[in-house]
Amino acid sequence: MSDEYNQKNAPLEAQSSDTISGTSGTPSKDIDYVRPAELPEQDLYHGHSFITKWIFCQDAKIIGVQYFLTAVFTGIVGLVLSWLMRLQLGYPDLVPFITAEHYYQFVTMHGMIMVVYFLTALFLGGFGNYLIPLMVGARDMVFPYVNMVSFWMFFIAVCVLMASFFVPGGPTGAGWTLYPPQAILPGTPGSNMGIILMLVSLSLFVIGFTMGGLNYIITILQARTRGMTLMRMPLTIWGIFTATALAMLAFPALLVSCIMMTLDKMLETSFFMPTIVQAGEVLDYGGGSPVLFQHLFWFFGHPEVYIVALPAFGIVSDLISVHARKNIFGYRMMVWAIVGIGGLSFFVWAHHMYVSGMNPWFGFFFATTTLIIAVPTALKVYNWIITLFRANIRMNTVMLFCLGFIVTFVNGGITGIFLGNVAVDIPLSDTYFVIAHFHMVMGIAPLMVIMGAVYHWFPLVTGRMLSEKLGKWHFWFTFLGAYSIYFPMHYLGFIGVPRRYFEMYDSPYVASATGLNEFITLAALIVGFSQLIFIYNIVSSLSIGKPAGKNPWKANSLEWLTPEVPPAHGNWGEKLPVIHRWPYDFNVPGAKEDYITQTTPPSEVISAEVEKT
Amino acid sequence: MSDNSLNNLPGGFKGMSHDMGSDQTAFKGVQWGKVMMWIFLLSDTFIFSCFLISYMKGRTSTVVDWPNTSEVFSLHVGGVPVPLLLIAIMTFVLITSSGTMALAVKYGYEKNRKMCGWLILATAIGGLTFVGMQVFEWSKLIHEGVRPWENPFGAKQFGSFFFMITGFHGTHVSIGVIFLFIYARKVFRGDFDNGKRGFFTTMKSDYVAIEILGLYWHFVDLVWVFIFAFFYLW
Repeated sequence: MSDEYNQKNAPLEAQSSDTISGTSGTPSKDIDYVRPAELPEQDLYHGHSFITKWIFCQDAKIIGVQYFLTAVFTGIVGLVLSWLMRLQLGYPDLVPFITAEHYYQFVTMHGMIMVVYFLTALFLGGFGNYLIPLMVGARDMVFPYVNMVSFWMFFIAVCVLMASFFVPGGPTGAGWTLYPPQAILPGTPGSNMGIILMLVSLSLFVIGFTMGGLNYIITILQARTRGMTLMRMPLTIWGIFTATALAMLAFPALLVSCIMMTLDKMLETSFFMPTIVQAGEVLDYGGGSPVLFQHLFWFFGHPEVYIVALPAFGIVSDLISVHARKNIFGYRMMVWAIVGIGGLSFFVWAHHMYVSGMNPWFGFFFATTTLIIAVPTALKVYNWIITLFRANIRMNTVMLFCLGFIVTFVNGGITGIFLGNVAVDIPLSDTYFVIAHFHMVMGIAPLMVIMGAVYHWFPLVTGRMLSEKLGKWHFWFTFLGAYSIYFPMHYLGFIGVPRRYFEMYDSPYVASATGLNEFITLAALIVGFSQLIFIYNIVSSLSIGKPAGKNPWKANSLEWLTPEVPPAHGNWGEKLPVIHRWPYDFNVPGAKEDYITQTTPPSEVISAEVEKT
Repeated sequence: MSDNSLNNLPGGFKGMSHDMGSDQTAFKGVQWGKVMMWIFLLSDTFIFSCFLISYMKGRTSTVVDWPNTSEVFSLHVGGVPVPLLLIAIMTFVLITSSGTMALAVKYGYEKNRKMCGWLILATAIGGLTFVGMQVFEWSKLIHEGVRPWENPFGAKQFGSFFFMITGFHGTHVSIGVIFLFIYARKVFRGDFDNGKRGFFTTMKSDYVAIEILGLYWHFVDLVWVFIFAFFYLW
């Protein structure tokens, strides 16, 4: 290798000795020492027209907002679908156009939209894009162009998904798990264009997400600012990072199963299709394995649960810490719990398949690994609670949503232990108990975090506060309403009401279930409509909200410390920030204020007894 | 330079985690693009693993016999069937192109524009030859009646898996070839020497891009080795 090559690849710290001191400008203060910059300034793309600034935009903050709005739009579609399902279940035959076929299509699209196009896109695409560069002290994502393409791929995927509502036969009605052989055979609603568009849309989503995911991972790993060690990153970043890593390894299984099922549908291959007799006629399929699809799907599907949950864990830790004015209890444990849950989530997928007819020993193994995951998860719950213990809690909307998260998450987590055991799962499988469990643990709980996070970061994004009064109304409607939707469902499950049934007909348990079903439907309608308070709050606060000023919550983490609020293009003005501590120095004994920001050098808070981080 | 913090650092595994957890970068002195390619390849590995594991599952659980691969894939030379002949040539060509790619990276870093460009072109031609021979093999099998949905020699999954997996790999090779031609043009034009900004990304060109493309190319070769082993030797 030539000299030039060696010189270029020599450790970069040897090249940039000009920036040794901290922000204070007095070089030889040893306690303020932060290692010099390893990286040159990022080469940024500057938009110069309306289209390059706001539409095909390469600024991660705008892309984050674009992701957020698109995801919320699909989420509202999913919400309306759930209303239609609930109307049918609570008041059968009240709405004449809901036939059994339509009901299955609503179930399918509701599930797929909420899990993939709403929650995943919102947490990683929305919060990830907005917060990662700000929280790690980068000027932007490392590949802004790829990031822009990522959003537009997602946008096209959503368009394809929505298009399936308007094709002949309508969207697929195979259930969000899309199990073959029924997903692609006549008799299932939308078994022609519907399922094909669904598979194409998912594939586009995976491709788009991979582009975004590479950005998130590499920005976090390789583009942090001076002093931002891994163990000084906010837990939000740890959650998003681990979730993205899971997505990068789990989405391939979804892509492969989509490709194979598309071929099964369009070329009549038999990857997942056994020999089938339909209406007395033997089909051309034969020799394939439907269980193979279930394995591939759940190898994606289970990590997907944690792709949604881990960012929520991370974000809620930060919100609790800021609004309880206390450092997060056991930060290192929290980090290792996130990473541990992420790793374990690849070894538990078959607990979704206890009734698929696989070998019972498999069930034994997967029940064990599933219950092991409860350990780091419980650890996190304990740490949140201990963080709240004797803290200086501000009982505002954000904190209410955090508390709501803990309650719903504990509830859903405990029913998870029921369902993780094979012997308990088999009678409960495919009943409303399962619906109650996963809506509690990965529907309502992450949603509580999203709403809390919107109340928390809205001032950062727009420069104005949301209305606290409306926020509290919104919280109580949402929390109590959601609880009255899902809590009775546990009981419905115990009495054996099966999920995914269009109508209960004259089954003996109907008498006790009818009243509950009506109650749940009413609650669902109220919760859905109460989101109008939220939307009104957001829209009106854009113009009449109280100006937030800088750092309205008195938080420590970096996103609040930009020279301009809301942060401008390039985030940091002239100089990148320099980090001296973790973001959790709240109420440190000996400090003048109850918070010490991450950029405060130790020489300015000499008397404070900070933890060494 | 008085960076005392670099003294007294732990060694061994602890030192490694200390380095990776330290500020700014987890992988010191590694360009963003290179990390991106490694992580993308890790993700791609999972795609190919899923394909190959599905193939193993399909092959072991089929009720109809799997075709005898040494007959199905054999070439007739002077009336005598020679097993593995075509595939041996294909594999040789692809592995050779990996060698030329590695040399191109070396000459690239030495700023030897001519050599680098010609070697990238040679790599591209190797890849193109490989794809061409794959087209020949596909057309031979299609001519003999193998289809994704049927197979006159035995289990119908043979055709399905063969066309799907080699097709997916062939797509990877073709994408690589397209990029190799683009990069050869960029090298000859001197984009990497004068840091010309990319048409789409508007980022400065750098010779490290050739190494990143090389990573992709070596990965495609490595995957081929597995496909070769599982389809042709099993």
